[in-house]
Amino acid sequence: MEVARHWRQRGTRYRLEGQRNTRTGAIRFPAQPPALGEEPSEWESIRLSGRGTLYSFSVIRQAPDGFEGLVPYPVALVQLEEGPLVTAQLTDCAEADLSIGIAVEMVTRHLLDTGEDNVLVYGYKFRPCLM
Amino acid sequence: MMKPNRPVGLVGYGAYIPRYRIAAKEIARLWTDGQGGVPVSAKSVPGPDEDTITMAIEAARNALARAELDGERLGAVWVGSESHPYSVKPSGGIVAEAIGASPWVSSADFEFACKAGSEAFTAAMALVGSGMAEYAMAIGADTAQSRPSDALEYTASAGAGAMIIGPAEQALATIDATVSYVSDTPDFFRRADRPYPVHGNRFTGEPAYFHQITSAAQRLLDDLGKGPQDFTYAIFHQPNAKFPQTVAKRLGFTDAQIAPGMLSPQIGNTYSGAAMAGLCATLDVAQPGETIFVTTYGSGAGSDAYALTVTEQLLAARARAPLTSAYLQRQVFVDYAIYAKWMGKLVMG
Repeated sequence: MEVARHWRQRGTRYRLEGQRNTRTGAIRFPAQPPALGEEPSEWESIRLSGRGTLYSFSVIRQAPDGFEGLVPYPVALVQLEEGPLVTAQLTDCAEADLSIGIAVEMVTRHLLDTGEDNVLVYGYKFRPCLM
Repeated sequence: MMKPNRPVGLVGYGAYIPRYRIAAKEIARLWTDGQGGVPVSAKSVPGPDEDTITMAIEAARNALARAELDGERLGAVWVGSESHPYSVKPSGGIVAEAIGASPWVSSADFEFACKAGSEAFTAAMALVGSGMAEYAMAIGADTAQSRPSDALEYTASAGAGAMIIGPAEQALATIDATVSYVSDTPDFFRRADRPYPVHGNRFTGEPAYFHQITSAAQRLLDDLGKGPQDFTYAIFHQPNAKFPQTVAKRLGFTDAQIAPGMLSPQIGNTYSGAAMAGLCATLDVAQPGETIFVTTYGSGAGSDAYALTVTEQLLAARARAPLTSAYLQRQVFVDYAIYAKWMGKLVMG
């Protein structure tokens, strides 16, 4: 079950795939199944740019299981340039590098090790822009 | 020498070097009380969320940005490394999926110690050169392992380089010819299920690095009817700072020719990434009409040599992704304790 749960999210996690409403142009992330009464064609898949700004953040010092090795690490709300607000870890930065509103970009990193006889989970994090 | 039927070249390139460094003197502090010389000044250290796959993905995205290509245009995504995160499950499949190249793509992992990436590079030349694909990506990436206190620990580092091979008429640098030289030389190896590689003592150096590199490089020069003076730049595999300088001198290349691609003094030996990141750094400064000579090396052992000529297209492509220097400059030093924790060298009892 664990493997399938992670595998199912690969488009979201690897490529930042969201959805655009074919009528209104509204963009949402992550992708969701159609709501009751909605046609599947109502939303189309799009790949988001990965560029955004830091909306808010908090530094984790007492980590949940599986993340102890990263402490201290920032978790942020990132406002993507297409609009959606995404929760993600920040990487390659110290707390002193961070302030609300700075430009950040998506990178793909190792998110979680689910055990020696299980898969390595990769996905998006954000970092202050390199260029 | 080998040349494809259809002329090929690089249409994109991208480097990746992690943000973290450990000073060689910090490693010497633990094991030699800081006495004696060190082979480099520092080496790059992968962050706790980085591995060969993540570094390959970022280098690949940089290469795609320079080529202005979508991943789905790639006919192949090949990843060369000696530190693939899985023993069985291809890094190439994950990288291909992450950069949007899947599912209609050829993908595989290559292994040939430090020249795994250049094996992929030669294969990509052939795939495009035969007309089987329009574009093919070859990546060299490593988070190299080293036993605590071993001489390797001073240099075994992390980094990646990605190259997109395409038709010569679209190239930012044409690849004019290549040579491969391979022999069974037991200079360095890691048995299956062993955590750290070992050196085959007397085979290190002369019969390995120097013999393979000079054989491949001299053969390519001879076959092209050229000499070291005909090339603006040269890149040789960089296990430390001294070896590439020595082999360059033996072949008749100058320090000035190898300077732009010499990354090992700052970041150590990035293994499969070394010659490829060195080529990236050289492309970052090269001008149209200039020529580049590259010779890789992999223990076991063998070398691939390449001759490239830079085109006008490089100037526009260069600015579309971070320069290698941007990765070099963001260095943050860690101490041995943090390094040991991140590299999984601590026994948690």
